[in-house]
Amino acid sequence: MPDGDHTNPPYLRPEMKKTWWKIACVALLIYTAVGGLLLEVPRLNIVNETIRALYFHVPMWFGMVFLFLMSTIYAIRYLRQPSIEADIYSTAYAHVGLVFGVLGIITGMIWANYTWGSPWHGDPKQNAAAIALLIYFAYFILRGSVSNDEQRAKLSAVYNIFAFVAMIPLLFIIPRMTSSMHPGNGGNPGFNTYDLDSRMRLVFYPAVTGWVLLGWWIATLRIRLQLIEEKIYDLEDEKNK
Amino acid sequence: MKKISSILFCFLIGASPLWAQDVQMADTMRQEGKIYVVVAIVLVILLGLIAFLLFTDRKISRLEKKLNK
Repeated sequence: MPDGDHTNPPYLRPEMKKTWWKIACVALLIYTAVGGLLLEVPRLNIVNETIRALYFHVPMWFGMVFLFLMSTIYAIRYLRQPSIEADIYSTAYAHVGLVFGVLGIITGMIWANYTWGSPWHGDPKQNAAAIALLIYFAYFILRGSVSNDEQRAKLSAVYNIFAFVAMIPLLFIIPRMTSSMHPGNGGNPGFNTYDLDSRMRLVFYPAVTGWVLLGWWIATLRIRLQLIEEKIYDLEDEKNK
Repeated sequence: MKKISSILFCFLIGASPLWAQDVQMADTMRQEGKIYVVVAIVLVILLGLIAFLLFTDRKISRLEKKLNK
């Protein structure tokens, strides 16, 4: 993909148009699909073969946290130096992050139905994840309810930081303080437990990287589209002058 | 003492891979090679979606070029 600065709209970060990480993303995801279904996994009661869902369900949450983090970084950038671009970046990352979160919840419900007995088991991590998603849903409601561009950008940037700060304890602290059926929670944090042995790491880490890159890719496309839209508005304004 | 050692023995057996072999997995499905059907289906969907994403990416690139002329 030939790229030079003359082809880029203003404030488009150059790494977004690079090809190498997209190829890496595709390769990792192909490996995840093939290796995730064919390579050895521990033989465990109750979960049985469904343990393979780990390669698809958990990376959704990794992707979501990464995208929300990026969203917050651009929210802080906006507050430090307001610009339309920072607002566009922040919103796009939050959008795709929310999609990943919803996919995480749905896949979790399917998995829970077969291993825990019901789709919504009231598991602390499941509840907390739902609350975190609701907080982010409110972010878009907030954006939709303010018609002034600058005000919308400023208010949502402040709320975005709040949402991210609220999400961290909801997902990573509260479930560990109570007994959660999620592995690595309820007193034994980390990935060193029985659920993730060295054979699974071989697929799990590439899977997380691949899915996170995919989320980033989709987000960059949305950002680029929004920047194009912004440019069109600018051109129209110039014409009307 | 005998009781303790028998309990310990039970724990050892419980944690051994011998026991793990009794857990039901989709071994028959793998032996019959039907797992490759699933792999093929998942790959087709994944590659199809990625191809779509790639076309969208290229379309956006074209738009960017057009706007900057």
